[in-house]
Amino acid sequence: MLLIKCPFCGPRPELEFSYGGQAHIARPKDPASLDDEAWAEYLYIRSNSKGLHAERWRHIHGCARFFNVQRNTVSDAIVSTYKIGEEPPKPVEPGLEERSSRSGAAL
Amino acid sequence: MAEATIVRVNSLAAVSRDSANPPRASLAVLPDAAKLVFRGRPPSVGAAAEAFGVELPQTANRFSEAGPRKAYWLGPDEWLLEAIGQDSSELFSAMAERLASHSCSLVDVSHRSDSMEIRGPMSEYVLNHGCPLDLSERAFPIGMCTRTILGKSPIILSRTEREVFHLDVWRSFSPYVWLLLDDARREFLDDESARSPT
Repeated sequence: MLLIKCPFCGPRPELEFSYGGQAHIARPKDPASLDDEAWAEYLYIRSNSKGLHAERWRHIHGCARFFNVQRNTVSDAIVSTYKIGEEPPKPVEPGLEERSSRSGAAL
Repeated sequence: MAEATIVRVNSLAAVSRDSANPPRASLAVLPDAAKLVFRGRPPSVGAAAEAFGVELPQTANRFSEAGPRKAYWLGPDEWLLEAIGQDSSELFSAMAERLASHSCSLVDVSHRSDSMEIRGPMSEYVLNHGCPLDLSERAFPIGMCTRTILGKSPIILSRTEREVFHLDVWRSFSPYVWLLLDDARREFLDDESARSPT
């Protein structure tokens, strides 16, 4: 079983967590000013990156808090975890950044 | 007209009656308690602690106690307040009054869950049949509490003594959890005293 490090509770078994989709997607400040394409982009389009991916997880059967995880989608290795609102730590492995840059998300 | 009376029946009453109790991992039903979930940020946390009479722990996954009252850390802004043997509506209204000027939430969850205790040198081992946490004293010391999973049920697990754990289980799951632990400890039934009625 994978151990995931909750930023509040420390390392915990994987089954206490649930996945919450890609992280760092900000809701547009003024949705009414967006055209359909831009709104659909915000609602549905995700990066599907090969390599480092920033995503939200929830420690639902623990402290119940959402937090962010940087995970390598190739190896499933969890590179880092950090609280909501914190800056994502710089990736340790070189090359991971380029592979995920297609997403355009600030990693 | 006859007045309707509501009698609370512990959800473990039936299932616990016939269990043989091996002393190496003995199970017991804990007395009913008033349970409130408090959520709030710093200014109201101090007020809640004052109103409840027990400090709300700031360290993750710890509980503090004073007499029959315990405050369990559940999340960075969430605590479970437990008062054994107390009427929950009395406690609730007393606390709600003290917290009225604060921005926070207080919910009476007394009837949501029942509590049980597992005691004995094999309790860690028996709990690990359904709970993957490291329950060694180094990783899970006395005074630690956490929400976690046991089998298919969410529980609040806490360690009150070296060989004693308390489990808070939702009522509809509690017979399942009891039977799961009962099954896990069957190998200790050859204990001499286990056969004697409790």
